[in-house]
Amino acid sequence: MMVVVQRIGELAQRVGRDVNLMEVCGTHTMAAFRSGLRQLLPSTVHLISGPGCPVCVTDTNYIDAAIALCRRPDVIVATFGDLMRVPGSESSLENERAAGAEVRVVYSPTDAVALARENPAKKIVFLGVGFETTAPTVAASIVLASKAGLQNFFVLAAHKTMPHAMEALLHDQQVKIDGFICPGHVTVITGAAMYRFICEKYRIPCVVGGFEPFDMLKATEMLLAQIADGRADVEVEYSRSVSDRGNVAAQKLMAEVFEECDAGWRGIGNIPRSGLTIRMKYAAFDAVPALGVRFEPARPHPGCRCGDVLRGVITPLECKLFGKACTPTDPFGPCMVSSEGTCAAYFKYGKRQAAV
Amino acid sequence: MCLAVPAKIVELQGTAATISVEGALREVDVSLIEEPRLGDFVLVHAGFAIHKWDQSEVDEWETIRRGLEVAGSGGGG
Amino acid sequence: MKHDRILLAHGGGGSLTHELIERVFAPAFGMETLEDSAVREFGGQKLAFTTDSYVVKPYFFPGGDIGKLAVCGTVNDLAVQGAQPLWLSLGMILEEGLPLADLEKIVASIKTTAAEVGVTVVTGDTKVVERGKCEGLYINTAGIGRVVADVGSARVLPGDAVVVSGLLGEHGVAVMSRREGIAFQTGVVSDCAPLWQVVKTVLDSGAEVHAMRDPTRGGLATTVCDVARASRVGIRLQETALPVSPAVQGACDLLGLDPLSIANEGKVVVFCRGADAERVVQAMRSVPIGRGAVVIGEVIEKPEGLALLRTAIGGERVIDMPTGEDLPRIC
Repeated sequence: MMVVVQRIGELAQRVGRDVNLMEVCGTHTMAAFRSGLRQLLPSTVHLISGPGCPVCVTDTNYIDAAIALCRRPDVIVATFGDLMRVPGSESSLENERAAGAEVRVVYSPTDAVALARENPAKKIVFLGVGFETTAPTVAASIVLASKAGLQNFFVLAAHKTMPHAMEALLHDQQVKIDGFICPGHVTVITGAAMYRFICEKYRIPCVVGGFEPFDMLKATEMLLAQIADGRADVEVEYSRSVSDRGNVAAQKLMAEVFEECDAGWRGIGNIPRSGLTIRMKYAAFDAVPALGVRFEPARPHPGCRCGDVLRGVITPLECKLFGKACTPTDPFGPCMVSSEGTCAAYFKYGKRQAAV
Repeated sequence: MCLAVPAKIVELQGTAATISVEGALREVDVSLIEEPRLGDFVLVHAGFAIHKWDQSEVDEWETIRRGLEVAGSGGGG
Repeated sequence: MKHDRILLAHGGGGSLTHELIERVFAPAFGMETLEDSAVREFGGQKLAFTTDSYVVKPYFFPGGDIGKLAVCGTVNDLAVQGAQPLWLSLGMILEEGLPLADLEKIVASIKTTAAEVGVTVVTGDTKVVERGKCEGLYINTAGIGRVVADVGSARVLPGDAVVVSGLLGEHGVAVMSRREGIAFQTGVVSDCAPLWQVVKTVLDSGAEVHAMRDPTRGGLATTVCDVARASRVGIRLQETALPVSPAVQGACDLLGLDPLSIANEGKVVVFCRGADAERVVQAMRSVPIGRGAVVIGEVIEKPEGLALLRTAIGGERVIDMPTGEDLPRIC
């Protein structure tokens, strides 16, 4: 470990200027904070957190739509635990459950399919969030429900995809990125070749990193080496799990059930072709047409700077609400509520800086 | 954004497998990986196996978990 | 978002529970409500008094049942306050339809555990509610003990050692696997056990003990945060020293949980004078439930009121209180 840290120091000196390395995966954000990684990095190497937390980038109006659904007496909303505490415009799924709505936390979308089997008189709506790692599991569940002839299983889809979002960040004038630590498990599914266009078009190096502290340090070293050499290639640190092609079966399943669409990212706005919507073929499982779901236009809370935090423009410490009006027990925006959110990570693990 | 945990297949029937993470057992779907076998190590996310490791990859993980460098690591993609 | 209703997380023992106490109970009754037991002098004798309610579901779990828990939880709150448990009250709320055989088993469990500790159940009460109004049964126990040592969360000093009596996270994982919707199986068994014997051995060893806590709901994380605040000190734990079994770590990894925030029901954390750390460890290890005792950290002067973790890679992070509900995550 210390050898890598030393090499990072040497490379940083060779680079000779401040560099911003962005990780775009909430799990990376958490791994960095849990291990106290930043303290091992030289002061010129800034690890910034991008919009890689699917909960954080989910617009308020999605939560509002989910809440409207769970208030219907014939609906059970099934969700990953991550969404329970996210604030909508006025309430959260946790609050709705406390008020009597049927909201169930599940570990897998297949658990939601099982719920549909066990509750034929109810409509089960699964909240489909997550990136390319999760989308195939939701696709598989829809296929499962279809094969079982279930008529009471629906998905409210809000899946998002990485590459166009990363590209959008590079177009953003306020954000300066010198290298990407690419999301390890997304890339298990998509394959590392997906990032080549970023290197070729924008001359930004990309390293696909794993999640052990050592993985992230090694990925940092590899990025610095590229920057020092003036290279911009896709490299894989997480070689035990990531290949160039990715998981073809998962890709086929995603393509079978979903198609590309434009998507709204909280705090960033619309990013073309960065979302996944359920194909017509599976419309019977799409909560939007099947249950008449309406999305109100997204209304960001005034004062909430989640968007700037998500794009890496500011750190949570620079948001006026951080730690005061906005805390993990009383969150304003998703950055604070999601356990992977940058603000939550700063609050939990970075308090030290504020205290000293 | 993706918690995926390495787990060992301890039971297998078609596309339904029981995996063990140091003794914590859970049923997962293995339809997304090629030729799963009893004793294989897989990465599990949201109740699905998304990738299979061969023995050298398991060894690599063990090494990295201990914070040590893997010989000849840092390959291209 | 201001909460105008009680959430499940308010019962988790973490930050939301603390918030509830601060917002509703402390203004009415005072902040002592955060200590495990209240200590009062009566007739020249110091007595400790505590109460706890038990709503664990399912009521039979690997390693114990709600009856055993109802005795252990309360006598342990007395024990860590330095009090020898003497008497318990037993209040039961039973659901219409509860099998009598289950009730008898639970009562037998209470009797056995009480005898093991040397505490007597001296008074009780029974109520029955309609089917559906409670899950099988709820129990409340209150306990009185005789204080033999002056300890308290506000008495911890810089230089003190932090010692824990054994493996972390067992009860929480054991119970979680039996809850609906979580759907995983584990061989982990609850560590539910009475602590008086191990506490007495530590106190008799001659070590200078400043505080003791049992890290129940909210886990070790909540305990060290509470003590750091109460004593206005910093606490630094060593990640590599924390005793967590692979089975518990595996369950946590699978669900995305942190062993530090998971409940224990048979462990004590002792804050003692630094030089006495080894003495405390040996005393704990001389008792069966303390055989896994280790030093896990130290008390420092600054940063005041914060608990820190020195990580395995040599970094440092703040240990924060969990909010209150252990939810499995994908992210």
